Amino acid sequence: MLTYFTTNVSVWAIPGILLAILVFGLLRSVRVYEVFVEGAKEGFSNAIRIMPFLVAMMVAVSIFRDSGALDECISWLRPVLSSAGIPTELLPLAILRPLSGTGALGVTSELLYSQGPDSLVGRIASTLLGSTDTTFYVLTVYFGAIGVIKPRYSIVVGLIGDLVGFIGSVYICRLLF
Amino acid sequence: MINYVWALLISGGIVYAALHGRIDIVTNSAITAAEGAVGLSFKLIGIMSLWLGILKIAEAAGMVRVLGKIIGPFIRLVFPSVPSGHPAMGAIIVTISANMLGLGNAVTPLGIKAMSELQKLNTRKDTASEAMCTLLALCTTGFTLVPTTIIALRAAAGSVCPTEIIGPTVLVSFLATVIALLADGICRTFFRRPKRKV
Repeated sequence: MLTYFTTNVSVWAIPGILLAILVFGLLRSVRVYEVFVEGAKEGFSNAIRIMPFLVAMMVAVSIFRDSGALDECISWLRPVLSSAGIPTELLPLAILRPLSGTGALGVTSELLYSQGPDSLVGRIASTLLGSTDTTFYVLTVYFGAIGVIKPRYSIVVGLIGDLVGFIGSVYICRLLF
Repeated sequence: MINYVWALLISGGIVYAALHGRIDIVTNSAITAAEGAVGLSFKLIGIMSLWLGILKIAEAAGMVRVLGKIIGPFIRLVFPSVPSGHPAMGAIIVTISANMLGLGNAVTPLGIKAMSELQKLNTRKDTASEAMCTLLALCTTGFTLVPTTIIALRAAAGSVCPTEIIGPTVLVSFLATVIALLADGICRTFFRRPKRKV
């Protein structure tokens, strides 16, 4: 029963929330259509305002990755990780996680297929992907949309969160499985 | 800070490519990524409009107030600079709730809405306020109760039990959120915003 619920929750979450909000709105006699349109107006300007920030960040990450510099960093860090007892297959994922959401998703599915979803590496990769968000993307989009160009210390805080997510995923999965 | 990170990513990539005789890759990579970024923001228009519209209905129906009763006390503790009746409070509450439910794409427009409410309280519009940094810390660690994408991914890869990672994920993201909030609190006291010159 619980397994059924949790596997289907991803399918039901969005339709369920849409339905709940609509029903709730109607019960409170909200003019749902008119109110929806009024709220949706902001979507266009928000998305367009983000564009220059997204271009800046995605170009930088893309150059760094495609030039091979990212792989070079990974090969430097490999010995450090293996001495700490962390499976080195996870390193590309750990580095990509804060930089690129789609990249991290791609690396994770590759790991799940090559190592098996129920292997230790597969489980750690799953936990890592689920437990933190793409720091650079969130920062770019959220601050870009409101025109903040000086994010101050928030990159450091986001990256600390990512590091804790990585180390935590490795050790908590070790402990639990 | 962001200037150095950004410049380092680009110049590091260019120098590395040059040293390895792959300089031709850089131009192509930059152009493709720039086009991809524009494509992505166009895709976001639809998703943003949808969720901002739905959010407006939820607000009008008073659902945000109900949610606020549940997690409001925690939010007020973490965001001491936001007045409790201010619309920013409601927007933050909705963002955190959507994050916890693992709603993925739906979180972004809600988070931006919360940021723009916080911007109204901000005294220097080009610089992030303390509350904005805290909200960002909460969103980048993204405390999640139901990691929907990864469950689907594991199921697709033929896992015997795709949902077994929910426990560790909740634990790890809780840990990461707590540590990030602590780091945010420490940074807040150490890196005070320079006072505006009168």
